[in-house]
Amino acid sequence: MYVIVVGAGKVGWNLARELLGKGHEVTLIESERRRYLIVEQELEHAVQYGDATELWVLERAGIQRADLVIAVTGDDEDNMLICQVAKEKYLCQRIVARVNNPRNLQHFKLLGIRPAVSATDLILRLIEHEVPQYGLVQLLALEGERLEIIELEVADGAPAAGKRVDDVELPEGSLIISVLREGKGFVPKSDTVIEPGDEVLLILDPGLESAITPQFTRNGAGPNG
Amino acid sequence: MFILVVGAGRVGSAVAKRALEAGHEVSVLDEDPLSHEQLDKDLAESWEDAGGRFTVGTALEVDALIEAGIEQADVFIASTNGDNTNLVIAQIAQRRFDVPRVVVRVLDPARAAWYAEQGLHTICPTQHAIDLVERAALDPAA
Repeated sequence: MYVIVVGAGKVGWNLARELLGKGHEVTLIESERRRYLIVEQELEHAVQYGDATELWVLERAGIQRADLVIAVTGDDEDNMLICQVAKEKYLCQRIVARVNNPRNLQHFKLLGIRPAVSATDLILRLIEHEVPQYGLVQLLALEGERLEIIELEVADGAPAAGKRVDDVELPEGSLIISVLREGKGFVPKSDTVIEPGDEVLLILDPGLESAITPQFTRNGAGPNG
Repeated sequence: MFILVVGAGRVGSAVAKRALEAGHEVSVLDEDPLSHEQLDKDLAESWEDAGGRFTVGTALEVDALIEAGIEQADVFIASTNGDNTNLVIAQIAQRRFDVPRVVVRVLDPARAAWYAEQGLHTICPTQHAIDLVERAALDPAA
C-alpha cells in the first residue's frame, strides 16, 4: 500500500515509522524546515519538505497513486483541506484526518472528511471506560455502517443476571458478542449464563441503547436510576 | 444587503468601508481587536458611529460567526490572511448557513482555480498580478 502522511510531528513521524515497519511504501510531508531536517536523518528519502496544502507538493509526492492519505498536522484547516483535495480532486479512496480541536469536528463532517480522529475524544472515551458514569461505555461507532459497540456492566438484580444469553430480552438489531468475567473475555454461546458483575459487549443499531440498558441495570432501571 | 466580512486586513477593511458607504449593512469579524484601527482609518467618525458592526472572534468558531450575523448575511466575504482558513469558512458559510453569495480570497492560484470549479467564488490576487505584470511586460500594445 502507498501511504502519504502529512505532518511530521510526534504522531506523523511515529505513524510513518510504523507503516514503513509493516512494509508499506510511505511518504511523509513536513512544511517546517528544521523539523524536516531532523526527521530526514532517520527516514531519508521517505520524507519530503513542503506545504501539503499546495497541490504541487501533493502531486510531487505522488498523490495520484496513493491508496491512503493521512493528515495529522497541528492545524485543523490544513488537515481538512488536504483530505478534501485528496478525496475530491485526486479521488483517493481512503483518507484519515486528525482533529486537534474537538470543536472543529463539525466542520470535518460538513466537508465530508471521514474518519476524523480526535485525540481529546479518544482520551475522554478512555476516561469514561475507566470511570463509567452510567455503566454504559460506547466503544466504537461506525457511522457509515450504522453500527455501534457498547460495553455494559451487569448489576446485581438486573433482569439479565442469571439468564441464558438466549433468554435475555434484547431488541431486534442487537447482539451480545463478548463477555468479560474475572478479567477474561470470551465469546458466549446461546446457553452461556450471564452473571452479575460480568461486563458484556454488544453490537447494535444506533439508537437502541435506551432499550438495552434496562436489561443490565438493577431492577431494570434507566441510565439515571 | 447585509454583508459579513471575515478578516479586516487591507482588502477586507477597504471592502467593508466601501460597502458601508454604499448604504449596505456591514459586519466585520476579526480575531485581532486591534484590526479595528484598519476600519477607523480614514473615517471622520469611528466605525461603529458610521454604522458598522465589529466582532472579535475566531472565524472557525460557529458562535463567533453567529454573533457576527452569518445567519442574516446576504453576502459573505472570506478575507483573512490565510488561504486555508478562508477556504474552510467559505464552505461553512455556503454549505451550513446557505449564504447566497460567498466570495473567498485565495492567494494560491492553483487552489483558487480548483475551488472555483467546485462552485466557490474565488478571487486570486496573485493571478491578477501575474496577468497584469505579464501584460505590462510582454504585450506590445500595453
